[in-house]
Amino acid sequence: MTSLLRKDLLILRRSRLLVGVLVVYPLAIALLIGFAISRSPARPRVAIVDETAPGETIKLGTQRVPVGRYAQQLFSQVQSVPVSTRAQAVAKVSSGAVAAAVVIPPDIVARLSSDIEQAQLEVLYNGDALEQSLVRSQLDSALAQANLGFSEQIQKAAGTALRTLLKGGDLGAVGIPENLIGLDRIPATLGAIIDRLPHGSERGELERVDAFAGFAAQNLALAQRVLSTISQPIRVKSVLLHGRRTPLDTFAVVVAASVSLMFVCVLLAAGGVALEREENALARLIRAPLVSPAALLAEKALLAAACAIVLAFAMLAGIGAFVALDWSRVGLWLVALAFAALTFAALGLAIGALAREVRAASLLAFLTTLPLALLALVPSGSVSGGFYDVIGAISFVFPFKAALQALDTAVNRASPALGLSLLHLAVLALVLGALARAGLRRVE
Amino acid sequence: MTPVLSVNALGKRYRGRSTGPRDALRDVSFQLEQGERVALIGPNGAGKTTLLSIIAGVLQPSAGSVSGRGDGQGVGWGVGWVPQSPALYSKLSVSENLELFARLERVADPRAAVASMIEQTGLRARADERVGRLSGGNRQRVNVALGLLAQPPVLALDEPSAALDPDQRERLWELLAARAAAGTSILFSTHNVSEAQRHARRVLVLADGRLLFDGAPSQLLSRGGEGGEGDLERALVRFLRERAGA
Repeated sequence: MTSLLRKDLLILRRSRLLVGVLVVYPLAIALLIGFAISRSPARPRVAIVDETAPGETIKLGTQRVPVGRYAQQLFSQVQSVPVSTRAQAVAKVSSGAVAAAVVIPPDIVARLSSDIEQAQLEVLYNGDALEQSLVRSQLDSALAQANLGFSEQIQKAAGTALRTLLKGGDLGAVGIPENLIGLDRIPATLGAIIDRLPHGSERGELERVDAFAGFAAQNLALAQRVLSTISQPIRVKSVLLHGRRTPLDTFAVVVAASVSLMFVCVLLAAGGVALEREENALARLIRAPLVSPAALLAEKALLAAACAIVLAFAMLAGIGAFVALDWSRVGLWLVALAFAALTFAALGLAIGALAREVRAASLLAFLTTLPLALLALVPSGSVSGGFYDVIGAISFVFPFKAALQALDTAVNRASPALGLSLLHLAVLALVLGALARAGLRRVE
Repeated sequence: MTPVLSVNALGKRYRGRSTGPRDALRDVSFQLEQGERVALIGPNGAGKTTLLSIIAGVLQPSAGSVSGRGDGQGVGWGVGWVPQSPALYSKLSVSENLELFARLERVADPRAAVASMIEQTGLRARADERVGRLSGGNRQRVNVALGLLAQPPVLALDEPSAALDPDQRERLWELLAARAAAGTSILFSTHNVSEAQRHARRVLVLADGRLLFDGAPSQLLSRGGEGGEGDLERALVRFLRERAGA
């Protein structure tokens, strides 16, 4: 096996272009995927036309809420591009300078104050169906956030008015008496008066008024809580059932390392076996007394795994300079990398044993691994249940997801347990190795 | 004399997916003596490559057996093999290829064996050149050198002269004659019947997987209706037609 290993290393050393591609390509793909995962989507550029009069407010009880606050809420959710008129907004959307435009019409205050008509915004879109869908989804979310922020302002003003009615004070509105007594204080005041009155019909009437005032005060207090519930009916409490919450950036590091590991392993192992066929050397090798088919496959797997582990570990160490990784678990990283690398190498061997040429093996390796890696990254809930089950089944019988889980657990303490992922990888390695062995029989 | 190789009732059946099972070899038996040069001739698809591959240990027979000096050390052991397409690593040099296989075939002193083989095959000037940059003829010489590396008692060659020019062919046959004189038994297949007539003491005629003739070229000439100095190719064609008609 040493002679074979030396021969393969010599061939690799003389294939500089191949080695260059094997190093650069997976690194580029891995960094792209890692970057895409770790970054949240960019905020869309949206033109905002505020047609309301400057400083216009909505009056709620004693408070005035400026309409401009709504525009500010919206600005914070998008990359805002202020424009003066609707025509300018249409021009910007048509030219593609902005993804969409939001027009705040001049009658928004009148509608909000009318208590009858709902205030309305105008949203202008452009682009193809996919772009529209993406922009619309982002803009709907931004508008929902802005609505929520604005409704909190309104709720705060309404709450102040309710509190004055309940506790007493000055509402400050024209036509409303100053220094209101407050519903809370009516039952006590009335009770004292009732106590001084003789029993009779007037006392009975006053007792009914007293009872109503008490009931109204209780319910007005409840109304304040209802107001806050309406502004945000459901609060989300997140509970992680198992494992540790993995920060997105360290998960991206693990994805990048797994992708690199997979590409290098699969391509080297597949190419190594296919090269023996392409050079017509496979038959001569297998008949030699020192090289059994199993030994030949083991040598290719070890070489591919060793090269890939070096590359993936260097990548982890390099990225570790920028992202906080737990170096005390480096032993577990290496165990996970070794299991994953050998399983990926077994997949490469199976591909190489099926293909007759290095080019066919490389193509087959790319066609197999790239979609599998992407499928394994599809989060549950982002596709229909049935389709996710199919993806789950495919991901289960190929090594990428198991390798990703093992490495994520080793690096980030994520679940499931490392042993389970390693066992999964070991079983897959045995099955794929047996397939490779069967593929080699075609020359025996 | 004790044969160095015995082929006994050899059969090989391929399981074709669309055509069904096909017998590439049926009940083939013969023996090879030490230092003998035997040519394997016959039409395309006769089973020549299959027979040589089984003797070399690359293919497993479906029936029968091959026995010889390498018994007990695995099928094909003791047989040097020269396949039709050179089995060489194009990114390695001539000497690197030879040394790799010398080690894999457990040659006692790999470096000495490589040096000797490079000398015998006239490849000294090309020893450090990568195989991928060699001409077809030189590549075939390296291919033959690989077959001879372990000094096997039997050498099986599949169309060894197919890619060579006349001068290279002559040098190849001189090398093989020298090896035969040193005691190596040589079994080669060829489409060039005159080559068989010149360089083999015995010919085996294989057609449709069956061994139809085993004897000296002069015997085949007379079976094909040709005189002592006649054309072996014409005799072979006539012989095969008669057998097909029979």
